[in-house]
Amino acid sequence: MKQQAGMTIIVKTVTRLMVWIMLVYGMYLILHGHLTPGGGFGGGVILALAFLCIFLAYGRTYTEEWLNIKLLHQAESAAILLFLVVGLLGVTAGGVFLTNFLYHGELFSLVSAGTIPILNILIGVKVGVSLFLAVWVLSDPHLLEEGGDM
Amino acid sequence: MTVYLLCFVLFLVGLYGVLTKRDLIKIILSLTIMAYSANLFLILFAYRTDALYPILSKGVQPGQMVDPLPQAMVLTSIVIELGTTALLVALVVRIYQKYKTFDITKIRRLSG
Amino acid sequence: MILPYFIVVPLLASFAISLASGKKDTWAVWISLPAAIVLTVLSVFAFFGMEATETVYSMSGWAAPYGIVLVMDALAAFMLVMVSVISLTSLLFSIQYIRNLSMDWKYYALFMLLVAGMNGVIITGDLFNLFVFMEVALLSAVALVAYGGRAEEFEASFKYAVMGAVSSTLILIGIGVTYSAASTLTMSRIYDVFAVGNTEVMYWAGGLFLAGFGLKAAAMPFHAWLPDAHSSAPAPISSMLSGVLIKALGVYTLIRIFFNVLGAPEVFMKAFLLLGGISIIVGVLLAIAQWDMKRLLAYHSISQIGYILLGMGLATPLGMLGAVYHLLNHAMFKSLLFYNAGAVEMALGTRNLKRMGNLRKVLPVTSGTSMVASLSIAGIPPFNGFFSKLIIIIAAIQAGEPVYALLAVIGSLLTLASFMKVQSYGFRGKRIVEEIQQKVGWGMNSAMIAVAVLCLVSSLLVLPEIREVTLDPVVDVILGNTEYIQLVLGR
Repeated sequence: MKQQAGMTIIVKTVTRLMVWIMLVYGMYLILHGHLTPGGGFGGGVILALAFLCIFLAYGRTYTEEWLNIKLLHQAESAAILLFLVVGLLGVTAGGVFLTNFLYHGELFSLVSAGTIPILNILIGVKVGVSLFLAVWVLSDPHLLEEGGDM
Repeated sequence: MTVYLLCFVLFLVGLYGVLTKRDLIKIILSLTIMAYSANLFLILFAYRTDALYPILSKGVQPGQMVDPLPQAMVLTSIVIELGTTALLVALVVRIYQKYKTFDITKIRRLSG
Repeated sequence: MILPYFIVVPLLASFAISLASGKKDTWAVWISLPAAIVLTVLSVFAFFGMEATETVYSMSGWAAPYGIVLVMDALAAFMLVMVSVISLTSLLFSIQYIRNLSMDWKYYALFMLLVAGMNGVIITGDLFNLFVFMEVALLSAVALVAYGGRAEEFEASFKYAVMGAVSSTLILIGIGVTYSAASTLTMSRIYDVFAVGNTEVMYWAGGLFLAGFGLKAAAMPFHAWLPDAHSSAPAPISSMLSGVLIKALGVYTLIRIFFNVLGAPEVFMKAFLLLGGISIIVGVLLAIAQWDMKRLLAYHSISQIGYILLGMGLATPLGMLGAVYHLLNHAMFKSLLFYNAGAVEMALGTRNLKRMGNLRKVLPVTSGTSMVASLSIAGIPPFNGFFSKLIIIIAAIQAGEPVYALLAVIGSLLTLASFMKVQSYGFRGKRIVEEIQQKVGWGMNSAMIAVAVLCLVSSLLVLPEIREVTLDPVVDVILGNTEYIQLVLGR
């Protein structure tokens, strides 16, 4: 039997409503990484879980249409490259790698702490995308056949 | 002292699993248990009686806090364990693809 | 100021490769080769221009007790030169070899990540940062061992990953124990705390570190993963693993932690001696029975690591000189031997010594360089292996350990015997091989010739004038703790 396209209508509906809340919560964690617990990794994991909910509820084909997998692969590499570029900008601005060269701002305000929120966003993208892609690649049904490649 | 001993027991449970289990997935789970016990050790080292969480927030006077550095280390080590586990699972998927089994006693093409 | 680039350059190269490459490996080769050349130039510059450059680098401007520092001393620079030279020749060798397996950029991305991890382990001055970089190197090494995609490779890779995870857990607990006693992770500050007593905690931490890093260095009771992993990997990766990875992750960390951080406690020196002695004999005995060429070489790695541990365990200046010198020599000749094995495997399609023959006609470069490498590892003068083994043996006798000196001599003789076997069956056999499946190209040949020349050149290091500027500073850093401490803490 062919793999069914996703789960029942109940699951699909609930997922459709919940995914946006999860995405917003993940972004909240990433953007407030320099103020509260959380940050790039935690927020990124929640972003990845949101995408994985879609994947589980709607099935592989639908997700493939909804998301551009190739673009995600590139976003993953680009995020870490940008992280290094920010680090190298620190060398030009302050003399050392990863210098916090932006305006530090007021304590406890959202726009503060210099480059740290930027780095948090980049880490969030990297973690979210790569966690999703790890599950995506590993759940490829072709893998269990002889000669299947990742 | 008891908590440290219990933590060590958890470590031994993981080690026992790694050494004796035949199923590849169970070996991975045992490795995860071992890693958790290491994380727990670090958190226990950082613990101080009657201390606050080490987060500076608005309106809260900084008092005695637990040591934040081991907590940061644990976060990093969790990330590393995520990577290790993903890699191990990928390897197990490929091993299953080649050998059609998860039983480690049947996966013996290499001598020694 | 060049310190962070040892990590940044390979990382940039790795992720630029994964971003830029399509299906083919053109981009990957053209990004990774320049990166490796840049690293080699930087490391040679760092080694010889040490006084001219800054030696302690605080990441993101936070000084030693609060932030992570990178430290460049003679030992680190020495290891960096070794890693970059071997990785450059490995990359040269890889181009044709990996195209033969598959046209893939993933290999090069992982390779650069491996180099980044090793460089990070070598130059960091922070205990936990060392752990993180070690995991980076380990994970990419595990993925590279499985790169060929055959069943045995996945099996070996799984074993390697499990062993790596167990040892990493031990090391993490060791770091926790150290931190709980010292309240700092900067390695030089930990020395300060342990120097004023606190021996009980030091033994706990030292035992955990010995088990963890001993597993990574594949000393004898912890060796089980090495022959599988090193013989299953693609040949250039075998040479990276045997040549530099077990040294950067195992031996270097043991030296740094036990000599510079824990202050060379007596008990662990005895343990090094014992591990080294057992490794020398058992490794070579297991090696001599093998017919698979790469497996034989992998068992020899265990035996040669034994020599290094023996030299370390003596803890005299002469013994340490021998250990450091043998570290370099082993990196050279073992990578060369693995290149030879890879070239033969590609040309004949076999690694079995019985099915090889006289290869002088069809593979002149390979058989010629394999002669150099075999003579070096067996310790025949004037090749480099002779001098370093001689130094270790003399040091053992001077230190009043004649038993270990005898073990080292026996190990050396057995090594000679097993490489006579390799030569007489593999490269100078009776059956003259006329045709080969695939030609060995200029990239592979030039890599082999370059390392063979280095094997000969590095035997010059024994001359006192050259030794003074190359090996002696390294030994001074290892045995003279104060220098390293002063460097980091600035007093």
